[in-house]
Amino acid sequence: MTDLATNAGSTVGRSLWADAWSRLKANRAAYWSAIYIVIMAVACIAGPWFTPHDFTTIYQDYTRVPPSLEAYPRPEMIDQAVKDAVKRSRVELASWEDRGDKVSIVVTSAKPIDPRMTRYIDRSSVFENAEVTETSADGLKLTISADVEREHFYFGTDTIGRDLLTRTLIAGRVSLAIGLLAGLVAVAIGVLYGATAGFVGGKTDEVMMRIVDILYSLPFIFFVIMLVVFFGRNFVLMFLAVGAVLWLDMARIVRGQALSIRRQEYVQAAEALGVSRGGILLRHVVPNLLGPVVIYMTLLVPQVIILESFLSYLGLGVQEPMSSWGVLISQGAKNIPGANWLLFFPSFFLTTTLFALNFIGDGLRDALDPKDR
Amino acid sequence: MADMLLELKDVRVRFDTIDGTVNAVNGVGLHVAAGETVAIVGESGSGKSQLMMATMGLLASNGHASGTADYRGTNLLNISKGELNTIRGRKITMIFQEPMTSLDPLFTIGAQLIEPIMHHQKIGAAEAHVRAVAMLKLVSIPEPERRMGSYPHEMSGGQRQRVMIAMALANDPDLLIADEPTTALDVTIQAEILELMASLQKRLGMGMIFITHDLNIVRRIAHRVYVMRQGEVVEEGETKALFANPKHEYTRALLASEPTGRKAPVSPNAPKILDGTDLRVNFKIGGGFLSGEPIVLRAVDRVSLTLRRGQTVGIVGESGSGKSTIARALLRLIPSEGAISFEGRSIAGLDRHQMRPLRRQLQIVLQDPFGSLSPRMTAGHIVTEGLLVHEPSISRQQRDRRAAQALEEVQLDPNLRNRYPHEFSGGQRQRIAIARAIILKPKVVVLDEPTSALDRQVQKQIVDLLRDLQTANDLSYLFISHDLAVVRAMADHIIVMKDGRMVEQGSPDEVLDNPREDYTRKLMKAAFAE
Repeated sequence: MTDLATNAGSTVGRSLWADAWSRLKANRAAYWSAIYIVIMAVACIAGPWFTPHDFTTIYQDYTRVPPSLEAYPRPEMIDQAVKDAVKRSRVELASWEDRGDKVSIVVTSAKPIDPRMTRYIDRSSVFENAEVTETSADGLKLTISADVEREHFYFGTDTIGRDLLTRTLIAGRVSLAIGLLAGLVAVAIGVLYGATAGFVGGKTDEVMMRIVDILYSLPFIFFVIMLVVFFGRNFVLMFLAVGAVLWLDMARIVRGQALSIRRQEYVQAAEALGVSRGGILLRHVVPNLLGPVVIYMTLLVPQVIILESFLSYLGLGVQEPMSSWGVLISQGAKNIPGANWLLFFPSFFLTTTLFALNFIGDGLRDALDPKDR
Repeated sequence: MADMLLELKDVRVRFDTIDGTVNAVNGVGLHVAAGETVAIVGESGSGKSQLMMATMGLLASNGHASGTADYRGTNLLNISKGELNTIRGRKITMIFQEPMTSLDPLFTIGAQLIEPIMHHQKIGAAEAHVRAVAMLKLVSIPEPERRMGSYPHEMSGGQRQRVMIAMALANDPDLLIADEPTTALDVTIQAEILELMASLQKRLGMGMIFITHDLNIVRRIAHRVYVMRQGEVVEEGETKALFANPKHEYTRALLASEPTGRKAPVSPNAPKILDGTDLRVNFKIGGGFLSGEPIVLRAVDRVSLTLRRGQTVGIVGESGSGKSTIARALLRLIPSEGAISFEGRSIAGLDRHQMRPLRRQLQIVLQDPFGSLSPRMTAGHIVTEGLLVHEPSISRQQRDRRAAQALEEVQLDPNLRNRYPHEFSGGQRQRIAIARAIILKPKVVVLDEPTSALDRQVQKQIVDLLRDLQTANDLSYLFISHDLAVVRAMADHIIVMKDGRMVEQGSPDEVLDNPREDYTRKLMKAAFAE
């Protein structure tokens, strides 16, 4: 009785999913990619609450400043800011001095100076809490002390002075959300449609698949422009448009799988047991489809993100001040000569995310299909 | 031996998997001389195939081989791939089990034959063509010149295996390794291929290593035998001596694993339980609203059969003879014409919905223990799926208890019910499939080649189990098989089918010992020839 003796011991079985998971963990590239995606998602979701700036705040003094780990303003910028502020208050600058977090400015004028002029200095986004510390006896010379507001722009700022770090993270939210949701929409429609067509078969299958063929022949851009024309620009529309186009591939893949699963002996066995069609579909066909579906899903998400970027690049996507990686890249592309960081950071985020997703998809394929490796 | 071809010493093969290292072969030594046929016997998982794969450098990427495989002074296990390629395919060639997948469907037989000939013998296309035709003639393929232009799908399984042999022999190899070359073929064709291989080996004087689990084949073809178990050679010797006087208990168990015993016939007055009259099944190939007229294939042509309570009707025949089709038609799993009655009630006209309550009485166990269990369900869920349909009111705990009982009935440890099919061996899976059928307390069970995919020893266990279940539950079996030894042990009435027609029927003694028809005689000769 050799075959009875082999599998004694623990009673808990290890499902194919558990097997696949352990194989996936052994795949370094996929494993680290998964961790990277999780970090990226957490950063995009939680990050904007922790960055020092709001994604809509405009810093007029800091338009297109390059990325830096050091705080702004730089010394030469303080000089410029002092000169600008003093000039706005129509007095003469005698001297100024940098004292770490504070500056002390000495101004003179032909007429007595109104101490309220400090508000002109406050108006600059570099200084705040300006106050008069010393007034000369004739009132023609004032010493003003003001706090220097230190701002960090790790990724630099865009053309109108908004923090690129915050904007990139906010854009990541949109891109990842669209990727995930439109991906899910496509998978849900595709799996149901494809599984039904493949499992029912016959005339139903023929008709359903011809509908898919017809939808395939609609040009995607034309389809989206039409939606935009009829419904206006709308965030939700993006999900619909992308999802509605991408489920076609899914449906075809799933139908092929369902066709082959229908001919498996375990489906015949279930039929012989008297299991209803719905039961077979739910208990046998769909669970055995999930492998390829999960794989395709990980490959679909990057596809959706790219499509969204493409639409946004054309100006059909999300609207200001909201942003997505595609929008940021399109803005960055226009500023390559003067401010290449505007292109670099969003595209780095986008490409590394796509990389990681593709690695995961590849790893999943290997993990779920060990025979084909 | 005069001319030693291949000598393996202390060959070990291990596979690195996520769950640790698996040792497939643990220090095996064997040798083959020119003009000698050596058989390696063992059940699946004994490492017999992996041993030869290692020798040929064909291990999967996570496999590692150590030891020496000495071919005329060269150790095959530590030479480069380039050097190995000058030997394998030219001096040592291999034939695999599956003739359906060993040939590339996109190229003609001729192209696939000519290419290796040109490559290894460095001759031109015209010369290679002549050589290829000669090879096809050698393996007795009719009209070899015309067959050069055929694609693999235009040939039968037996012919494809002949082509594979022709390919293997085209470069005058010293040694031919055949890995279960006849297992996927029908018995009659199996016999022809074996005869061909034996005569070619004699004529060409090469050495041959024959990997198989079938002792009948060993007896017929091999000079010496190595018996392998769990990666080790447990016994070796001259075929005749070994068969006459097996020393190791495992060899004895293998030799005793032919199913034995007969079934006592039921009384002719036993009530008819399932009755089919004048059954016809046609398959339409092609057709549909965009294609033309379908081709109609007559799979079953006017067959009548009766199954009585407690009876086992054996249906034998080659693949394509319609034996599975008729069983499925009787269970109303495929549409058919003709009358079918179950316990005196006509069921031919019932639709899917009306059939459902009857399904629990009419069960089926399928051939492939790997394909017939859904890989995503646990053994317990698989076994109790029928209860969901036929006894929807019982609770989850009750179902679980019934699953444990059913597994116990088929002699499986009920604690294994939370495991998934891939964690079981072939024999254990077949037990699960049987448990799934009998948990519903059916009256009729169709057994569609339930033992064909299993090793002999396991086969015997399953046959014993099926017999016990039959007496315990008063079951009637429709037993489909191409294996006459198993049918003889199981059935008390035998039907022989050919090309969709019934050619002969009667008790096992009548049909198998005094066959009236040529065809039956041929089947008998192939199955029981010494």
